[in-house]
Amino acid sequence: MNNENTIKANQSAKPYVAETPWLDPEAVPFIQIKGLSKQFDDFSAVDNVDLNIYKGELFTILGGSGCGKSTLLRMLAGFETPNAGQIIIDGIDMANIPAYDRPINMMFQSYAVFPHMTVEQNISYGLKKDKLAKAEIATRVKDMLELVQLSELAKRKPNQLSGGQRQRVALARALIKQPKVLLLDEPLAALDKKLREQTQFELINLQYELGITFVVVTHDQEEAMTLSTRVAVMDAGKFIQIDTPTQVYESPHNRFVANFFGTINFFNATVLSTDPEAQTLTAQLEKTGTQLEAKAEGRFSASDEVTIAVRPEKISVSQERPEGDHLTITKGTVEDLAYYGNRSVYRVRSQSGRIIQVSAQNNQRSEQLVLEWDDEVYLSWDSSCNVVLSE
Amino acid sequence: MSDSKRVLTKTYHQPLGDKLWRNFVIGIPYFWLLLFFLAPFAIVFKISFATPIVAQPPFTPLFDFTANASQWLLATWDNYRFLTEDNLYWVSYFKSIKTAAISTLICLLIGYPMAYGIARATSTTRNILLMLVILPFWTSFLLRVYAWMGLLGKNGIVNSLLMNMGLIDSPLQMLYTDMAVYLGIVYTYIPFMILPLYATLEKMDPSLHDAAADLGAKPWQTFIDVTLPLSMPGIIAGSLLVFIPAIGEYVIPALLGGIDSLMIGRTLYDEFFVNRDWPLASAVATILLIIVVIPIMLFQRSQQEQE
Repeated sequence: MNNENTIKANQSAKPYVAETPWLDPEAVPFIQIKGLSKQFDDFSAVDNVDLNIYKGELFTILGGSGCGKSTLLRMLAGFETPNAGQIIIDGIDMANIPAYDRPINMMFQSYAVFPHMTVEQNISYGLKKDKLAKAEIATRVKDMLELVQLSELAKRKPNQLSGGQRQRVALARALIKQPKVLLLDEPLAALDKKLREQTQFELINLQYELGITFVVVTHDQEEAMTLSTRVAVMDAGKFIQIDTPTQVYESPHNRFVANFFGTINFFNATVLSTDPEAQTLTAQLEKTGTQLEAKAEGRFSASDEVTIAVRPEKISVSQERPEGDHLTITKGTVEDLAYYGNRSVYRVRSQSGRIIQVSAQNNQRSEQLVLEWDDEVYLSWDSSCNVVLSE
Repeated sequence: MSDSKRVLTKTYHQPLGDKLWRNFVIGIPYFWLLLFFLAPFAIVFKISFATPIVAQPPFTPLFDFTANASQWLLATWDNYRFLTEDNLYWVSYFKSIKTAAISTLICLLIGYPMAYGIARATSTTRNILLMLVILPFWTSFLLRVYAWMGLLGKNGIVNSLLMNMGLIDSPLQMLYTDMAVYLGIVYTYIPFMILPLYATLEKMDPSLHDAAADLGAKPWQTFIDVTLPLSMPGIIAGSLLVFIPAIGEYVIPALLGGIDSLMIGRTLYDEFFVNRDWPLASAVATILLIIVVIPIMLFQRSQQEQE
C-alpha cells in the first residue's frame, strides 16, 4: 500500500524545470549552437548563428519562408551538414554523429508517416530499430497509443486516417523513443483552425508532462506566441531577436519584429531629451510636432532619429477628449471600420494625414455601431505603450 | 411550386450530350482492343482447331454447312494433343520462361540503382540521364542487334581488343551463346524497367527517408524498410514490361543465340513459315497466352485487391 503511494507520487511529479533558465548566468544550456553556418551554392541559408536552448524549454524559431529556419532544424536533426560551427546537445558534439544515432526525433511538416505501415507499425518502428525486446516494444506502443488516443485505430493504414490523426501518429512515433530533444516542423500548419487550437494545448501539456525539450519551427506568429517559452525571430539566416513571447510582442527590437507580430503603427520622431534616471525620453513626432513621452533604456540620446511604435489595441477611441496624466492624445476622422463581433478595427486619419489603426474591444452590447464613418474622434494611449525603435 | 421542382431536377440531370461523349471516350480503347487484339486472337484460336492442308489458306475450315447436322463442326483437338506428345514444345516454353525470368531479374538489378540515381539527381542532370536512357530507341532495333553481333563475333571488336591486349590467345566464343541472348534482351528492354521504377521513386516523399533515419534506421535499413516496399508498384510494372515481350522474343535469340537456344518465338516462326503448319502454330500461340497472360492477370488482380 505504502509502496503504491510512492509510485503514484513519483509518476505525478513534474520534472523540475526552471522558469527562466536563460536569465541564470550559471545555467548550462542543453542545446548549444555556436557559429553555425550553412551555404547552398552562393546562398547563405544560415549565417553564423549562436543559440542556447535550455532543458525543458518549448523553443520556437519563427520566420518567413526562406529565412533559414528549416535548414537550422535539419542541421539539428542531422539531415544537413553545417559548413561551419558546432552543435552541442547535452554536452556532446553532434559533428560526427549521423542522424540515425542522434538523441533527437522530429515531427515532419508533411508528417512523413510511412504509408505502407499500420499506425502500430509506424509507432513501433523506432523501437524496433533500437532492437528492444518484443514485450517492451508492445507495452510502450500500447501506452503511447493511449497517450495520443489512437488505441482504436492501431491497425489502420495512414490513408484511412484524418489529418489530425496522422499528425498524432507522427507525434507518437517521434515521442516513443523518449528523445532528449523533439523537433517539430510547422506542427500545426496542416490542421484546420478548431483542431489547431486544441492540438496547441495538447502539445503544451504533453511537453510539460514529459519534460522533453521541444524545438518548434513555424512561420505562424500566433503558433509561436501560444506555444513557446521563448521565441527566436529569424530573417535572412540570422536571429533578429530572441525573447519570451510577451517581450517579442511588447518590446520588439526593430520594425521587422514589430511588424512580424501583428499590426502596429509607426511614427517617425526625433528625441528631444532623455531622462536616464526614470529611463524615459521625450520625442517630437515628425509631421505634427506632437511631443510624447516613452519608456526607453539608456541607448538613445537627444536628436536621435527614432521610430515610435504603438499597437492598435493600446489605443482608445472616444468622442470626447479624454483626461489623464501621461496620455498621448491626437485627433482624427474615422475613415474605415471593420466589425469583427468581439472587436472592431478602425482606420483613423489623423490631422497630419497619417492613417492610425485602432483595435477596440466591443465591451458593450449594442446592435448599432458606436462609431460611424467620418466621425470625429480622439485617439489616446498611455505613454508607457510607446515603444521606441532605433530604426 | 411544381415549376421550381422541375427546374431543379432539370439542372441536376446530366445533359444527354455529355453522357454520350463520355461513353464515346471510354469506348475508344475498348473498341481498339476488340479490333486489334481480341478479334485477331479469336482468329488464331479458331485456326488452332483446324487441320493443315496444302491449299490457300493452308488449313481446313472450321464449319462445313454442306455436311449433315451432326458433322458440320470440324474442330479437332489434334494440335493440342500433339503439343503434349512432342517435348520440343515444352522445352521451348520452359526455355522462354527461364530466359525471360533471368533477363528480368538482371534488368531489375541493373535498372533499380540507375532509376534511383536518376530520381535523386538534380533536375538538369535528371533530364539528361533520362534522355540517355531513351536515346537507343532512336536507332533501329535490328541495327542495334547487328551491332552486338559485330561486337561479340569471333573477329569482333571485343575479341580483337582482348587479343591485342594479350589477355587471351584465341578468340572467345561469345556470339551464339545463351550469354549473348541475355545480353541482347537486357540491353534492349532495360529502359522499360528503368522508366516505371524512376516514376515511382521520383514521386516518393523524400521526408520518408529522413523520417526513417530520424527513427534510427541506417541507410540500408531505410532502403529495405521504406524505399523498397514503396517502390513495389514500379518493380512490378517494370518486370512485367520486360518479362512479357522477352518471353516471346524472336529476333534476339535468332540472331545472337546458338542453334540450341530454342525459345518459343523461334518455334512459332518455324511452325508457321518452315513447316507451314498454321493450326499447330496457332495452338502454340494460344497455350503461350494461357500460361503467361492468365497468371499475370491473376497477380495484378490480387495486387489491386490489396490496395
